[in-house]
Amino acid sequence: MIHLTNIHKTYQGAQPLHVLKGIDLHIGRGEFVAIMGASGSGKSTLLNILGILDDYDEGEYRLDGTLIRNLSETRAADYRNRMIGFIFQSFNLISFKDAMENVALPLFYQGVGRRKRNQLAMEYLEKVGLREWAHHLPNELSGGQKQRVAIARALITQPRIILADEPTGALDSKTSLEVMQLLRALHEQGMTIVVVTHESGVAYQAEKIVHIKDGQIESIEENDGSVDSPFGKNGLMK
Amino acid sequence: MLELLHEIQGTLRRNMMRTIATGFAVVSGLFLLIVLQGAGNGVIHSFQYNMGNFAFDAVHVFGGMTTKPWEGIKEGRLIKLDDRDLDMSRRHFPHQITSAIPTVNHEGVVASVGAHHISAATMVGVFPEYAASQTVEVLEGRFINSIDMTEKRKVCVLGSNSCKDLFKEAGSPIGRGVELGGILYTVVGIYKTNEMFNSTEFYVPYTTLCTIYNKGRFIDELTMNTRNIPTDTAMQQFIGEYIRATSHIHSFDPEDDRALWIWNQAGDNIQMQRATNILNKAFWILGLLTLLSGVVSVSNIMLISVKERTREFGIRRAIGARPWNIVSMVVLESVVITAIFGYIGMLLGIFFCEWMDATVGNQVMDIGVFQTKYFIDPTVDLKTCIQATVVIIVAGALAGFFPARKAVKVKTIDALRA
Repeated sequence: MIHLTNIHKTYQGAQPLHVLKGIDLHIGRGEFVAIMGASGSGKSTLLNILGILDDYDEGEYRLDGTLIRNLSETRAADYRNRMIGFIFQSFNLISFKDAMENVALPLFYQGVGRRKRNQLAMEYLEKVGLREWAHHLPNELSGGQKQRVAIARALITQPRIILADEPTGALDSKTSLEVMQLLRALHEQGMTIVVVTHESGVAYQAEKIVHIKDGQIESIEENDGSVDSPFGKNGLMK
Repeated sequence: MLELLHEIQGTLRRNMMRTIATGFAVVSGLFLLIVLQGAGNGVIHSFQYNMGNFAFDAVHVFGGMTTKPWEGIKEGRLIKLDDRDLDMSRRHFPHQITSAIPTVNHEGVVASVGAHHISAATMVGVFPEYAASQTVEVLEGRFINSIDMTEKRKVCVLGSNSCKDLFKEAGSPIGRGVELGGILYTVVGIYKTNEMFNSTEFYVPYTTLCTIYNKGRFIDELTMNTRNIPTDTAMQQFIGEYIRATSHIHSFDPEDDRALWIWNQAGDNIQMQRATNILNKAFWILGLLTLLSGVVSVSNIMLISVKERTREFGIRRAIGARPWNIVSMVVLESVVITAIFGYIGMLLGIFFCEWMDATVGNQVMDIGVFQTKYFIDPTVDLKTCIQATVVIIVAGALAGFFPARKAVKVKTIDALRA
């Protein structure tokens, strides 16, 4: 599904910063992968490249067979819209739109009619258990609810992959667990999921953990008993 | 498009404060522009109204009294115009004088209808062309015509105010008789008098008056319509030449400025035109500045609004909005706001002008000697209103377009971090 070959990325500036120094990574269909690393290791940059939010300088990135390189903003927007579902640390919901409208928004940019859009949005809200909250604004929802709205929004376009950037970073441990269980459930339905985190408890929910250090892949760890992580049964370490 | 409008409607409704702030700038800009224009028009119209009974290109010449001795004749001699002056005026200045019409007056007659009377009325013997050259406006009936002239008919045209004083009974005075200086005349027309000049002049055929009062070849007033005199200096020069020509006929000092009395309406008109133009321009500049302030307010608000929505745009782009989607959304939002509030501002402005028209517009200022209106029809034509509204809508579109284009040039990831 995702093929990264020798990806390099340098941030230009007064002091050029070589963030990614040759990343080779293959993620297959239906995999649940966590990318772990300390802050400044380049994991967020990697996720931004995966999400076509940022470009790379060298190497090759193929998403489901499509070469992602030097895209115009318009093409990039279309790919993001159809292939990728984002889950952000800070939720990134539009504050003046209620939960249903936020979930429906990606379909607006696909040109789906309002009635159809809202109907689908309600279905996806139901899946994340927020049907009764459909007409609440984000600031009337708890952190966990907001993130579930964001997950519903990421799913509504039926993307190829879900990219989650510190999805539990702003949540307490209980809601973190709920969100991670939701992601696991999606994984069990066959969704490809990539999660970036620095919390090992979150990472060990995944079946494969990619450790990044100083812009390079340090190790890739298979996590067979993912639920029974070294940090306790069904538990998350915060 | 409908979907986009719906999306925009949602955004505008949920961000009511911002919408109203932008809208207020548009409303006040257009409202003030239209009201200022209306007020300006009111003043200019009242100018024109009060000058309405004057022909704008007319020069009137009356005989005067000499103040300087000339060729052995002492000063203090009365100059009386006659047919030689008429002849000279018609032949000597073909480029400047388009027509010269003589008038004879007979003053101090009593006009009466039954028990009602006006003392000290003036009979004015006129040619049919007088009506056009003097912009006499006939309200009812007709003016003196050429048959009246040849047949020396005893007919008259009286002013609307005299008509009110003499014919108090109901019914049209046309065809009825009025006694002027003891002779009965038939009323054939009524001309319009305004509040400013309470005219007691009765127009009768020139030939009739000359015959009855034995005026001979003398003329009381020469009314000339002029052309090709664009400036005040040209007018002064023309009048100098005219006096010189007349001085040869009546033997007076060409430098004597009292021998003839010249009422130069055309010159007044040049000045009036200039004043009107200045007034017009001043109101336009004021209006455009007001409109500009509206445009600037809208631009400011759009600029800030786009800036503070950078993150929202980042989110929209992350989930699949193309740059064009964002730009068109912002521009359309701006256009919708300016169009709706522009329309409201325009309507308010027009209503205010109509209200002014209905109240102040009809007030008559009475300053004893005469009455006048000082504010007439203070309204703006619809074309100007619509043009102003279109200007502000276009400005609103541009005010949305440029910041939005700048906003989408920011990388999506940077916009998300904003």
